[in-house]
Amino acid sequence: MGSLFDQIFQMSFIIGLLSAMFRMATPIIFGTLGEIITERSGVLNLGIEGIMLISAMFGFLATLTTGSQWFGVLIAILVGVIFALMMAFLVVYLGLSQHVSGLGVTLFATGLAMFVYRHAVGSPTIPPIVQPFKPFPIPYLSDIPFFGQILFNQYALVYVSWALIPIMWIFLYKTRYGLALRVVGENPMAADTVGINVNLTRTLALVVGGALMGVGGAFLTLAHQNMFLIDVVGGRGWVCIAMVIFGNWDPIRGSLGALLFGFIDAFQLRLQSSGFAIPFHLFLVLPYVITIIALIGVARKSSAPAGLLKPYRREEKGG
Amino acid sequence: MSPKNRSPIVEMRSIKKCFLDTVALKSVNFTLYEGEICALLGENGAGKTTLMNVLFGYYACDDGEIYVNGKKVTFSAPRDAIAKGIGMVHQHFALVPSISVLENIVVGIKESKNLFLDMKEAKHKLLDLEKMYGLFVDPDVKVETLSIGEQQKVEILKALYRGAKILILDEPTAVLAPLETKDLFATLRKLTENGNSVIFISHKLYEVMEISDRIVVLRNGEIVAERHKTETNMRELASLMVGGEIDLGKRKNVGFKLINDEIKDVLRVNDLWVMGNRGIEAVKGVTFSVKEGEILGIAGVSGNGQKELAECLFGIRLPEKGEVYLDGLSLAFGNPFFTVMNGMGRIPEDRIDIGLMMDLTVEDNIILEMHAFRPLKNGILLNYDAAHRVSDELIQKFSIKTAGRDALTKTLSGGNLQKIILARVIYRNPRLIVAAQPTRGLDVGAIDFIHDQLITTSKNNNSGILLISEDLDEVFSLSDRIAVMYEGKFMGIVDIENADRETIGLWMSGVKESCA
Repeated sequence: MGSLFDQIFQMSFIIGLLSAMFRMATPIIFGTLGEIITERSGVLNLGIEGIMLISAMFGFLATLTTGSQWFGVLIAILVGVIFALMMAFLVVYLGLSQHVSGLGVTLFATGLAMFVYRHAVGSPTIPPIVQPFKPFPIPYLSDIPFFGQILFNQYALVYVSWALIPIMWIFLYKTRYGLALRVVGENPMAADTVGINVNLTRTLALVVGGALMGVGGAFLTLAHQNMFLIDVVGGRGWVCIAMVIFGNWDPIRGSLGALLFGFIDAFQLRLQSSGFAIPFHLFLVLPYVITIIALIGVARKSSAPAGLLKPYRREEKGG
Repeated sequence: MSPKNRSPIVEMRSIKKCFLDTVALKSVNFTLYEGEICALLGENGAGKTTLMNVLFGYYACDDGEIYVNGKKVTFSAPRDAIAKGIGMVHQHFALVPSISVLENIVVGIKESKNLFLDMKEAKHKLLDLEKMYGLFVDPDVKVETLSIGEQQKVEILKALYRGAKILILDEPTAVLAPLETKDLFATLRKLTENGNSVIFISHKLYEVMEISDRIVVLRNGEIVAERHKTETNMRELASLMVGGEIDLGKRKNVGFKLINDEIKDVLRVNDLWVMGNRGIEAVKGVTFSVKEGEILGIAGVSGNGQKELAECLFGIRLPEKGEVYLDGLSLAFGNPFFTVMNGMGRIPEDRIDIGLMMDLTVEDNIILEMHAFRPLKNGILLNYDAAHRVSDELIQKFSIKTAGRDALTKTLSGGNLQKIILARVIYRNPRLIVAAQPTRGLDVGAIDFIHDQLITTSKNNNSGILLISEDLDEVFSLSDRIAVMYEGKFMGIVDIENADRETIGLWMSGVKESCA
């Protein structure tokens, strides 16, 4: 026990932990931002778990074939968009249940990812690996003691995720399109009667959201790890759904939730390697348990967009 | 200026519109002249709203042509109609409560190429509009903090902000108190003074006579008459509207019951306080009783605590404090089954969400409150023979139009849905019936039937009836005593003999004068 505490208060441990926190949080931030923009338009995308997985797989394969990590990210975005469009077809145009459609997309994407991966690489005893992203230290800033190592010695995608948080916030609250998107999510009829195309808005929100989920997936196989495993996403998609609620559909608060998850994830990894005589599965469970506890505290006060889950149709009856 | 000198600004020619199985509009010709207030008068389901939704581009018409300023137009969505200067205020406001007035107004404006919202400029423009039309609303507050009357102003401003010259208002007074209605009428006059034209949908005769220049009467999807206001009167309009002579304002409950202390209370409410959904007290200390065989009408504009009062009596909402006695028994709050057990018949305001299970059969809904008692209960099983018997009997007795007891409830019309609730309530010979807005949105035939049933039950079964209604005609037609609820309190209770409409109307707007 004593040795653990000694470890915790070592500077290198803290730097490692906090730096890992940002790394671990990155796929969650991408997924959460993607889910927020989708849900703000009134669509719950439960396909997120599957979309992240299949994007992770295709991104991995693309990099494996070409050697370019950025090409892998591009392919992951494309795959995310395709599955978001599938979701849009089901829930926006056919008006099917968003819950059922989302779970369906997740199951389909998961199965397909497995199938394509096996088809492409067969069943080798050692899974193939790619050359992952290298950390991209920002000149000068990364030389700052302590903070430089934590904040400015990360993967490029980590910086991208940080930049996206204020961009998303400004888009939602300061632009015409953001306002239109929020009105579509709150009261689609109000949007329709002022001339906003509800279905198009929702489709675009799904597409942008799907792209972000795709990047989140790609980060897992191209930066976080260097191989594809069927449980590489491991419920992170569902964690994103929880973070959206935790953050009350706000990009900044949702991202803070993602950072909290990242911190606990990073912490439990270190606990695992500290040699406790406890099955490591218990540590794996930790971030999810904390997520649930955090949700209990916050979710009761949160308020979802009023139009969430409701397909929009012009009321077809006379008066 | 007489409408003859005015030029037509909108012409709708042989408009036809069908919904799945019903013809809503049969070849309607409608003209709106510049600068007039034209009333579209008709009963529920006459096609008024449908016709206007066609003009607003919300519905596509199956056949017919629309001309605006003499030019033929085709509208595939509201944005096309907005571009031609048409604005519509729907009966259910199309507003987002959680964002500001200004945001609600500027959303979807296409004119600026700017990505970012210029809220300063927009606010300036809005304030100018507010001044011009005397429609004052704070642009920065959230819509959820506004009263219904203020929300309506936001809707009108929203249309004007988009440059509407033709304004359609769908039953704008349905949710307003009398004083707010006066305000609205002043606004409408100001609109026409400024060169706008107004279409005013209503089924209230006296309002139509007060505000409109010209009246167009719709019945069963056809225009049956057009009158200049000076050429007609309420009596004629009423018979045109329903297609036959009717008695205006005749009281249905003929035998007036004298209320005195000798008669037993079936409901006694002492100093009841109930919290509303927004965390503000909705019912603030009401005390009253309902006697055996009496109909007590609670009038008032909806949203003044009536819903919360009814829900508390139904046992589905807990009070802050207070006592309620049902037939002498202290009511167990928060226990709906207690009320069913002890003889309360409940007709909820929201018949579809709370009153019925739309995806189950008619029979399931009829037996809903009796399944726990003999003869329907048979140990832990249901006695289906008895259930079938009861359902068939009630379907016949209440002439519920349905394919049979096995039909899905959602296939029934509004009037027949309400009859199911009424049937199951009356079948159990209730001591008390709490009827919340029992005829809202129903057609005349169904309203008539429900009124008759309520009166008969109070007379024959000696049941007390608490009638909560925002329809003043209904309250006057049925009640033995009238109370008015305003901001959670009772403004007063009077016997029907001493009640006059003016006073009750003032009470509904919160103005307290004693009944002369």
